[in-house]
Amino acid sequence: MNGVHDMGGMQDFGPVVREIDEPTFHYEWERRVFGLTIAMGATGAWNLDQSRAARESLPPAQYLASSYYQIWLEGMQALMLERGLVAADELAEGRMHEPARPLPHVLTADEVATALARGAPPQRALAVAPRFRVGDAVRTRQLHPVTHTRLPRYCRGKPGTIAAVHGAHIFADAHARGIDQPLECLYTVRFDAHALWGADTTAATVCVDCWDSYLDAA
Amino acid sequence: MSHDDHDHEHAGSEMSDMDVRVRALESLLVEKGYVDPKALDVLIEMYETRIGPHNGARVVAKAWSDPAFRHWLLDDATAAIASLGYPGRQGQHMVALANDARVHNIVVCTLCSCYPWPVLGLPPVWYKSAPYRARAVIDPRGVLAEFGVTLPADVELRVWDSTAELRYLVLPQRPPGTDGWTEEQLATLVTRDAMIGTGLPLPARPSSQVAL
Repeated sequence: MNGVHDMGGMQDFGPVVREIDEPTFHYEWERRVFGLTIAMGATGAWNLDQSRAARESLPPAQYLASSYYQIWLEGMQALMLERGLVAADELAEGRMHEPARPLPHVLTADEVATALARGAPPQRALAVAPRFRVGDAVRTRQLHPVTHTRLPRYCRGKPGTIAAVHGAHIFADAHARGIDQPLECLYTVRFDAHALWGADTTAATVCVDCWDSYLDAA
Repeated sequence: MSHDDHDHEHAGSEMSDMDVRVRALESLLVEKGYVDPKALDVLIEMYETRIGPHNGARVVAKAWSDPAFRHWLLDDATAAIASLGYPGRQGQHMVALANDARVHNIVVCTLCSCYPWPVLGLPPVWYKSAPYRARAVIDPRGVLAEFGVTLPADVELRVWDSTAELRYLVLPQRPPGTDGWTEEQLATLVTRDAMIGTGLPLPARPSSQVAL
């Protein structure tokens, strides 16, 4: 989706503002939103790419005006409503009116450390040989799906070079559409910054991780 | 993206609207049996105290001290970092990027906030903010200047946009004047920003060594 979350190359947002000795969380509600997001993610009710898709589906003006944990909260709430895990009146009142839906899993306190250490490795064995090798010239496709994609707008339809071949990874675009274990070869593609931005850049190269579906041979 | 100004207005007087809303959500999810509040407490505690840039600093300090580890880190960062006890979520496929006299690497996630949690903890607000995500890929030198970093004009700036599940860790150059330092001493010079590429390690001062 060509949304406002796809920010690479946008201008006039002002300087990068840093905070000295920044705390991990600024408010108690941020702590709880972080914990709830990870714990609800661990239930298996949705996958990570679906949470990213939900966050970037916020109305553009709201996305830009929200802090990051507000975006997480809105995304999580949308996913729960969509799946019937909660109802709007329950959210408003903070009380249950309808019975709980069964979930694949509920994360318990003593599982947390092992669950985080294990993570959910997205890499799997690939059935087919990679189409490209390091050094191959490629061109990214001109793709503008209205659904979730991880190919930023600034590097669509651009020439690049394969810098690394990473084997099979879960293809985020398909995973966000609910397809189970959609594997594709993942590559790191190196772009000459001038091919992306003309003379208006201070970068030499920009590397972007691209799945096979994003690429054509050049 | 600034923080909710509304929260500041209410700070210290009453609960903010966000606090009220999130408490209501948590009670609902607990009542439904979807989340265990104790699991939330453990999660929050881990990321607030145990998982942070001190992990990454240890990785960098070891790479500065041990050529075999440096080689391993650049060849297979996931395994090398896991060997020090930092595997896991948002770091399952690590790639280390070495800076040298000619090349400076800088990491961004233009689409959201992808960041190597096991070695750096949760990202700072600026990393997730529109100004950084927008400009790092087109004008990294301008961004570095805002961080107080000026590199020679002939240093090549390489930007890495974390669009998939690979997570990048910058391996900065070892500061001069640190011969004979232990890994623990070296780790004190490694800043979070140096491992993102928006900063440089702290310079070696005789006092930093004496203090240890």
